[in-house]
Amino acid sequence: MDASLPALVVVVPMLAAILTALAGRWWRRHAWPVALLATAFAAAGSLRILWRAVHEGVVLYRMGGWPVPTGIPYRIDLLNGIVLAMVACVSFLSVLWMRESVKREIRQAGQASYYAVVLLFTTGFLGITITGDVFNLYVFLEIASITSYVLVAMGRRREGLFAGYQYLILGSIGATFVLIGIGHLYMATGSLAMTDIAARLSGALVDHPSVVHTSFAFITVGLAIKMALFPLHSWQPGAYTYAPSSASLLMAATATKVAAYAFYRFAFTVFGTHYVTARLPQVMDGIMVMAAAAMVVGPLFAVRQDNLKRMLAYSSVGQIGYVVLGAALVNASAMTGSIAHFWNHAASKGALFAVVGIVVLRSGSPHIDNLRGLGRRAPWTAAAMTVAALSLVGVPLTGGFVTKYYLALGTLETGRGVLLAFILLSSLLTAVYMWRCLQRVWFADPDLEPAVTREAPWTMRVATLTFGAACLVFGVFAWIPVDIASAAARALLGEN
Amino acid sequence: MGLALASLVTDAGPALSVGLCLLAIPLIALLRNRPNLREAASLGVATLNFLLVAAIYAAHGRGETIPVEVFRITDDLRVAFRVDDLGLLFALTASFLWILNTLYSIGYMRAHHEHKQTRFYICFAASIAAAMGAAFSSNLFSLFVFYEALTLVTYPLVIHAETPVAKAGARRYLVYLLGLSIAFQLPALFMVKAYGGTFEFHAEGLLRTSTASAGVLSLIFVLFLLGIGKAALMPFHSWLPAAMVAPTPVSALLHAVAVVKAGVFTVSRVVFHVFGVKLLGDLGVHEVLVFAACFTIVTASLIALAQDNLKRRLAYSTIAQLSYILLGVGLLVPDAQVGGLAHIGFHAAAKITLFFCAGAILVATHKTLVSQLDGIGRRMPITMGAFTVATLAMIGLPPTACLVSKWFLVEGAAEGGHGLVLAVLVVSTLLNGAYFLPIVWRAFFRPSPDGETGWKEAPWPCVVALSATALLTIGLFFFPGIVLDLARGVVTAAGGVR
Repeated sequence: MDASLPALVVVVPMLAAILTALAGRWWRRHAWPVALLATAFAAAGSLRILWRAVHEGVVLYRMGGWPVPTGIPYRIDLLNGIVLAMVACVSFLSVLWMRESVKREIRQAGQASYYAVVLLFTTGFLGITITGDVFNLYVFLEIASITSYVLVAMGRRREGLFAGYQYLILGSIGATFVLIGIGHLYMATGSLAMTDIAARLSGALVDHPSVVHTSFAFITVGLAIKMALFPLHSWQPGAYTYAPSSASLLMAATATKVAAYAFYRFAFTVFGTHYVTARLPQVMDGIMVMAAAAMVVGPLFAVRQDNLKRMLAYSSVGQIGYVVLGAALVNASAMTGSIAHFWNHAASKGALFAVVGIVVLRSGSPHIDNLRGLGRRAPWTAAAMTVAALSLVGVPLTGGFVTKYYLALGTLETGRGVLLAFILLSSLLTAVYMWRCLQRVWFADPDLEPAVTREAPWTMRVATLTFGAACLVFGVFAWIPVDIASAAARALLGEN
Repeated sequence: MGLALASLVTDAGPALSVGLCLLAIPLIALLRNRPNLREAASLGVATLNFLLVAAIYAAHGRGETIPVEVFRITDDLRVAFRVDDLGLLFALTASFLWILNTLYSIGYMRAHHEHKQTRFYICFAASIAAAMGAAFSSNLFSLFVFYEALTLVTYPLVIHAETPVAKAGARRYLVYLLGLSIAFQLPALFMVKAYGGTFEFHAEGLLRTSTASAGVLSLIFVLFLLGIGKAALMPFHSWLPAAMVAPTPVSALLHAVAVVKAGVFTVSRVVFHVFGVKLLGDLGVHEVLVFAACFTIVTASLIALAQDNLKRRLAYSTIAQLSYILLGVGLLVPDAQVGGLAHIGFHAAAKITLFFCAGAILVATHKTLVSQLDGIGRRMPITMGAFTVATLAMIGLPPTACLVSKWFLVEGAAEGGHGLVLAVLVVSTLLNGAYFLPIVWRAFFRPSPDGETGWKEAPWPCVVALSATALLTIGLFFFPGIVLDLARGVVTAAGGVR
């Protein structure tokens, strides 16, 4: 089983999705346990795969035993090992978290199909992450995208339909751009397997340089939409705000970062470090500017929001900047910070969306004032929120600090110290909007009746606290993510 | 055998000290329903901690110390401890005054019927743990972690009363200290690593081998000065008077034991062990520190003149006195540096006395304004006697320890030919006299208001504590050896020998 684990972590959630969709009509109550088991398997399997990638360097699995480039390879190195583990673990924790929330927010007849969509969503993102074939990546991208639109539209609020529709339009443009890019790539190299394309690219650059450039341009813009990179982020706040709480949690902690991973993969494995630094340095400079702008603009918008979900959505616009900046700087230190941020952001944003979901469950609304008194009535939830907020700001001994440290080092090493100002300004603005929350959580007027009157159900509490604990673990035992991220960054850049 | 024991103490001592202070936290929490035992635990841990630091002091200086790693966050980021003279100077000051401060707190908090005393003692222990960690940190990252932790754990102490005024003061406290350190100290930290290659302190400055341009290095130094808000250099000082809303023992902790001393200690670390005296001299950027300190000394003293609230007047006095330390360190003249560093210990003893007295007056008579203090010296002779001693120290008169540090400062300034600095020292001495002596005069020579007669001292733990610190201020005048030797050790190791 160990050998076929890469296939199983994708196939098991997919089969479980079909199972819940079919059987859910009769056994509605079994949808949650099935989803939980399937994602638990994916989480355990992906951690095992990451373990193997750490020790063996690359884990390769050929679908049906076909050799590359004829068949589809699943290829896991340290980079996608990290992302795979993130997606699978976040999915597991989100499913664990969502039982009560789904009961409340999704109409009864739709609950089983909701779990089916969640599982398909997970399958899609796991597939994007694990595959070593660019067309296969596109297929999974579509699975992930379509399920995202459905998840956003499944809430009980009518605005969800509109937000889902807006997401559908922009998301489809993004996915189409990626497909056009992949088509051009195939045209230039005649191959779809990533490593094979990379080997043929130098030849293609001599024969059809403009086709390769066009391909890179389409893929970059397409993925920039998918990862909501400023100024292409306009779909995101609406989608996160009006989606059911459980969908917001799942998407915010995984979706955009997987698109960012796909960009890393295309830029550094498929097109190659030499291509992006020597042939098209302006593109990376442009992305650097977008990432730096995102880091400041996102929190700037977040400061003014009273709807917690919208605030966190804008926060994500800023945070994706941290993930992309490392790629744009093409520097090992900065990239270490960015790759570690895949985990750090998943932990902090997961915890925050989980807390907001609890507030919605208990009080009925994600308004910021509903946080008042949370510290008194739900101390565990409040503690998780506090830790996650500190990590988002980047206080030492939390994951966020580690990210910022390595990113900052990278900006200085590449002689772009100006970016340091963006990182710090972003931290300060993040501190402002998180402080607005924490002040209500801990220092609310004791005369006011708290909006949340009791702790969350245990499933929610366990998941939320795990997210919160991860923020600390990644900050105190930061050598675990950082050693892997640093090795992944060096491997991508071809340094040793 | 003795040598092995000594190196064991210096290796394990710092971590033990931090651990001991942290151990007080669960102990205090467990004893929350038994106030007497709870306070006994606080006092016991404070005493044990001082004995431990004293043992480290005794064991120090018998051979090389090495950094002992407590834990590794990543390969670059390590929390590690190492004993050296500068750290010991801060640690001895803080750990000794913690005992007296705890004793004083017991009297004050009970007489004043303060709420949430368990939280108070827990945060107190946590802030000493952070101060010990900062003192013994062997690298800049480790120091930064404890510096930030100190801000966070003192926040609940400042907001203790939870009134709107306390909340506003505490918010300013947090915004200034956290904001400045994120905006300025953090980039300086990153730049030290990027241009110096390490966070590890070095006796001659870790940046001494850096190949970065003079402009970049000067920028780093200025960022540090802006970012270390706890040193209360103007214009980033207003958090300190705002934090006066806290209970008086907290003010004493802030002003004498931990917080502001952590600030000037961090600046000293940066001057001596990040840049090094030689590099700073070559860059010439130390003059920024000298000018800022001179400006702060004069301006803060002028503002203090106008304050009627006793604690606020003391706060501005602290701002000025801290700049004596920064001035001495920044002059880069050995004598001035010895004076500045010694002032860390000497000023602490005197300033904690003043705050103890202000708190004692509040507890005994509920008076907070200078203008209310007519004749109070006859009702509270011990308190006001101690106050007078500390006042003499603030001005720099015998028989108090601060004369010693000021003497060194003046000598250093004269040696370096800094006429402006000498003028500032003279003017500030006059100003110190102008805003402190009227209080003493009021207390002893103005008639009491009608109906206020008779002995009315604060509870005995307060009186014992403030008498002890006053005696310490005098004692250090006659025996300044420990403090001066440590200060000399720092300056000598930095290459400032004569």
